Amino acid sequence: MKNLTDDKKLFYFYTILVLLILSVAVFAPELAPYNPFDANMKESLTAPSTAHWFGTDKLGRDCLTRILYGTQTSLMMTIFLVALITVVGTLVGVLAGYFGGRMDMLLMRFADMMLAFPGIVLAIAIAGMMGGSVANTILALAVVSWTKYARLGRSLTLKIRECDYIAAAITCGTRPGQMLWTHIVPNILPTVVVTAAMDIGTMIMEIASLSFLGFGAQPPTPEWGLMLNEGRQVIQTAPWVMLFPGLAILVVVAVFNLWGDSLRDVMDSQRAN
Amino acid sequence: MPFFVGIGLCKDVFCIHKYLRLLMMKYLWIFYFKLKGMIFLKKNELLYRLAQMVITLFGVTLLTFGLTYVSPGDPVEMLLEVGDTIVPKEMIEATRHQLGLDQPFYLQYLRWLSGLAHGDMGLSYSAKMPVADRLLQGLPGTVALAGTSLIMMLLVAVPGGILSALYRNRFWDYLIRGFSFFGVSMPSFWVGLILLYVFGLKLGLCPIAGGVVTWDRMILPAATLAIAMGTKYTRQVRTAVLEELGQDYVVGARARGLPMRSILWRHVLPNACLPLITLLGLTIGWLLGGVAVIEMVFSWPGLGKMAVHAIEMRDYPLVEGFVLWVAVFYMGINLLVDCSYAYLNPHLRKGRTH
Repeated sequence: MKNLTDDKKLFYFYTILVLLILSVAVFAPELAPYNPFDANMKESLTAPSTAHWFGTDKLGRDCLTRILYGTQTSLMMTIFLVALITVVGTLVGVLAGYFGGRMDMLLMRFADMMLAFPGIVLAIAIAGMMGGSVANTILALAVVSWTKYARLGRSLTLKIRECDYIAAAITCGTRPGQMLWTHIVPNILPTVVVTAAMDIGTMIMEIASLSFLGFGAQPPTPEWGLMLNEGRQVIQTAPWVMLFPGLAILVVVAVFNLWGDSLRDVMDSQRAN
Repeated sequence: MPFFVGIGLCKDVFCIHKYLRLLMMKYLWIFYFKLKGMIFLKKNELLYRLAQMVITLFGVTLLTFGLTYVSPGDPVEMLLEVGDTIVPKEMIEATRHQLGLDQPFYLQYLRWLSGLAHGDMGLSYSAKMPVADRLLQGLPGTVALAGTSLIMMLLVAVPGGILSALYRNRFWDYLIRGFSFFGVSMPSFWVGLILLYVFGLKLGLCPIAGGVVTWDRMILPAATLAIAMGTKYTRQVRTAVLEELGQDYVVGARARGLPMRSILWRHVLPNACLPLITLLGLTIGWLLGGVAVIEMVFSWPGLGKMAVHAIEMRDYPLVEGFVLWVAVFYMGINLLVDCSYAYLNPHLRKGRTH
């Protein structure tokens, strides 16, 4: 019993941290001291000071402001991406697992194909060829990662389909649509949500790496990966331009990883009880 | 031991030809038996795997080819417009016709496939040379970098993970887990930039300007990749070893009074090997993508940097070649992993199914 409450306490603590990060994203315009797009060539590459806590970049834009706005960009992209692959992947997986047949075969072969190829390489190719933009980055990463959720949804559905209450429901004449909605989806949801929560950190980093290569968000969008790319070019004279966006990624990814892990622990201990 | 048997059998030790021939035969013989023991996957399984590999190759190349079709950039304009030159429309059309880019999609793909079957991967637009040659140019750099980083990673991650599992919930465990936690949360290219700044620029310990493949230039990029892979892998080693340490046979061995050292070396580590090799295969998959990003950070002349430039220049044949190379390499690794799995686990060997 003691363990359970400890798990929950930790989970609440990390949830508060996550909410804090989310509110930074939401209230970025209120928190930020400057405008993220205002170039001021007179203050190009000034070191951190009281006026500019994190210094300024090549165009004299305030780094702190851009990092705060970057929270908005990065988190919006990540949440949209994770939601997209979770919903689409799970839906396809559940349908394939429940109905089986030729669609199932086709889906599994496609999922195998994706598994047999390093996803990030394909994502770089897709995002690069389609031309760098926020939408294409999300699309590229979604294409390579949705099969994970399809596999998960399918295997969970197959497991649940063997349960007695499904047989009972079939005997009672439950229609497939209702069956999926009332019996299967609620039962697989916890596992899927935990997987999605634990994926957020990874996705933030992958989005940042695509932007870093120049295949993601385009200038002048305030985005962390892109800022790191700009920082790389001035690393000799102004290391702060690349230092702080990386720290921001580190903090946010760490918090989301901890949150995902503790969510899994809470779910596990609840299921064990 | 077998080495001396070989020498003993040869009466005239100073006859180097006989000696070498005997040695060669002996090793061929050993190799033959090893190979026989490694006929790992059952025949059907192997066929299935090969078929799946072929399907994957088709799928991935088709997907990449499809991308060139929807891609907004025009390779011909990229090719001809150097600087501010304005190229006449007729010339663009002529070049397009010459490159076969005015043909329908499926014809282009078939043409590429038939070229591939003849060992011809096409001509790189940007490098103005055969794709195969360009790939071979970048290969040594990438292979050296990836291999070095993999070895560095294993040298740190495996002992680290074992240590962490043995001292579970004690100082070393917390320290190693703390490091690996932060490592997992850091983007690899940022780690690379930090290393570049600290060791290359501030301390001046390593040369930073890239462009050529030398050992001293490789330290920083290899370390970066090793850190990025190692943090994740240390955790996995820890989990695998912990799982084995919790098994009944460990309790049994301890009850019999076996020293912990021999339990660890003889029983726990060989058993923990199996999941670790699978995970290593997956790690190599990550490495293939990660190497592209890190090569960009350090301007390392390898395949990854080449691929990123090829994508920027809309150099389709080169991108196709790169994707094909990654697919073949990665699937080869995974096949090897599966084979080693069967080789290491006697249960899976032929005729010994349980």
